[in-house]
Amino acid sequence: MTFLSVQNLTVRRGECPVVDAASLVIGPGECVGLIGPNGAGKTSLLRGALGLLTYEGTSSLAALSPKQRAAQAAWLPQTREIAWPMSVERIVALGRLPYLARGARLSSTDQTAVDAALTRMGLQNYRTRLATALSGGEQARVLIARTLAQDTPLLMADEPIAGLDPAAQIATLQVFKTLAQEGRAVLTSLHDLSLAGRYCTRLILLGAGRIIADGAPRDVLTPALLAEVFRLEAEVIDTPQGPIVQPLGVLT
Amino acid sequence: MKLFSALMVLTVAMFLASLFVGYAAISVPEGLAALFGRGNPLYVTIMQDIRLPRALLAAMVGVSLGLAGAAMQGFLRNPLAEPGLIGVSGSAALGAVIALQTGLATAFALALPITALSFAALAVGLILLLAGPRGSSLTLILAGIAVSAFAAALTSLTLNLSPNPYAASEIMFWMMGSVANRAMSHVWLALPIMALGWIALAGLGRGLDALTLGEDAAEALGISLSRLRLQLLFGTAAAVGAATAMAGAVGFVGLVVPHILRRFAHGRPSTLLWASALGGAAMVLAADLTTRLVLPDRDLKLGVVMALIGAPLFLHLIYKTRKEIA
Repeated sequence: MTFLSVQNLTVRRGECPVVDAASLVIGPGECVGLIGPNGAGKTSLLRGALGLLTYEGTSSLAALSPKQRAAQAAWLPQTREIAWPMSVERIVALGRLPYLARGARLSSTDQTAVDAALTRMGLQNYRTRLATALSGGEQARVLIARTLAQDTPLLMADEPIAGLDPAAQIATLQVFKTLAQEGRAVLTSLHDLSLAGRYCTRLILLGAGRIIADGAPRDVLTPALLAEVFRLEAEVIDTPQGPIVQPLGVLT
Repeated sequence: MKLFSALMVLTVAMFLASLFVGYAAISVPEGLAALFGRGNPLYVTIMQDIRLPRALLAAMVGVSLGLAGAAMQGFLRNPLAEPGLIGVSGSAALGAVIALQTGLATAFALALPITALSFAALAVGLILLLAGPRGSSLTLILAGIAVSAFAAALTSLTLNLSPNPYAASEIMFWMMGSVANRAMSHVWLALPIMALGWIALAGLGRGLDALTLGEDAAEALGISLSRLRLQLLFGTAAAVGAATAMAGAVGFVGLVVPHILRRFAHGRPSTLLWASALGGAAMVLAADLTTRLVLPDRDLKLGVVMALIGAPLFLHLIYKTRKEIA
């Protein structure tokens, strides 16, 4: 069983391919970290796989109808937007939209999913607060809770922990890891290499639109690959909690 | 539900007041009987041919403007958006002005609204041509502004070339907006077109709710943005085009009503849609009532009163919410 199967996916911006013939398969139980420098094509790969951008090649998600896709994969975009002063609970409940008939109210199943999502993100005490009045990091957690409420086999997130405090970063990745252990799958782009190495079951390293490496964290986070793709001189230290990447300098 | 009941009561109250308040002093029982064609024939004429179409049109125009305003704000995720933004009302006004100027309006009773509606349809065609059926919301606004500006320029040109001061003043008065002196034939012409627009706009709720999270997230929630955009465009064109064709340019309703009601709708765009429809009807009925109660013999225009009520209300809202906005 696979949750996402992408074959030879190419996304072009003008003539220039920003994702170049990428292929990957994600199955249950995997928490996959997508790493790579700025402009490597992480966001384009994620959006292309969802069918939100015009693409060449095949993607199992993009082939679905919009409604089926919404039941299969939840998507957390990089831009965090909450347009109207709605309560946290109502924002999180938007994740149930794909399952609601037109004009229908939340069923008890929906309410359970919303409650579970709020609990997972530690937002129980925020229910009635206006989401627009929260801090940026708190809003980010609310939006992650919204994708959790969608209750899909696959969760795709674009830099979900950017701008969160260290505790919230770890708590969020712990939630992703738990989701994977429960038999779902997560595909998330990350910039913190140490956290990626520690919480992901597998890392995909993207450089200039191509998949350079795909495998266990310890096999991807090597000084040689970091130097090649990130132009980074770094030491990788093994600890009982996983590898720690210590950047030392920039290669020119 | 509390919000729904409150708005419903308010709208019905305004509608009844609109029927029973007027220049001729007709008591409520007499008026009710006359409404159903019984009693004094003069009263029957007043109730059936003057007050009923006036009240109905005021309510219909209010529903159209409120609904389109809420939909436009929800779609653009901007509380400053209003239905006139896409140029439909400007174009409908241009059509009406041309009908008045050429004398077509006097040729047969419905010539003016029909010309105005054709121009509104033309504007939508032009916007689709400019923005493309899959254009982004930004190109949609830019195309709308271009069409609005062009329609305003042509309206000024028509006024400029107007052969005599009477024609010019007739045009000016029409543009101030009014639901006075309309017949049931106006209602029957506008109702089916507006109803189509209302259905299209009322169906946007889910999509607008999802758009709260941005276009990308909405699309991933299973919403087709290109369909949503087309539905919004056609719904607004039908509802607002018909409203402008019937009542002239009535501003502020589409801007202020969603703004006032947003808090009571808990910010939810789908709730705000129907709330603004009812609120818009109540507001236009109230404004039309004001034109009859204040200076009844000076023929105050609905659009003028609406702006006089709307602008201070808007200022008050800005004053109250400035801390939230900052």
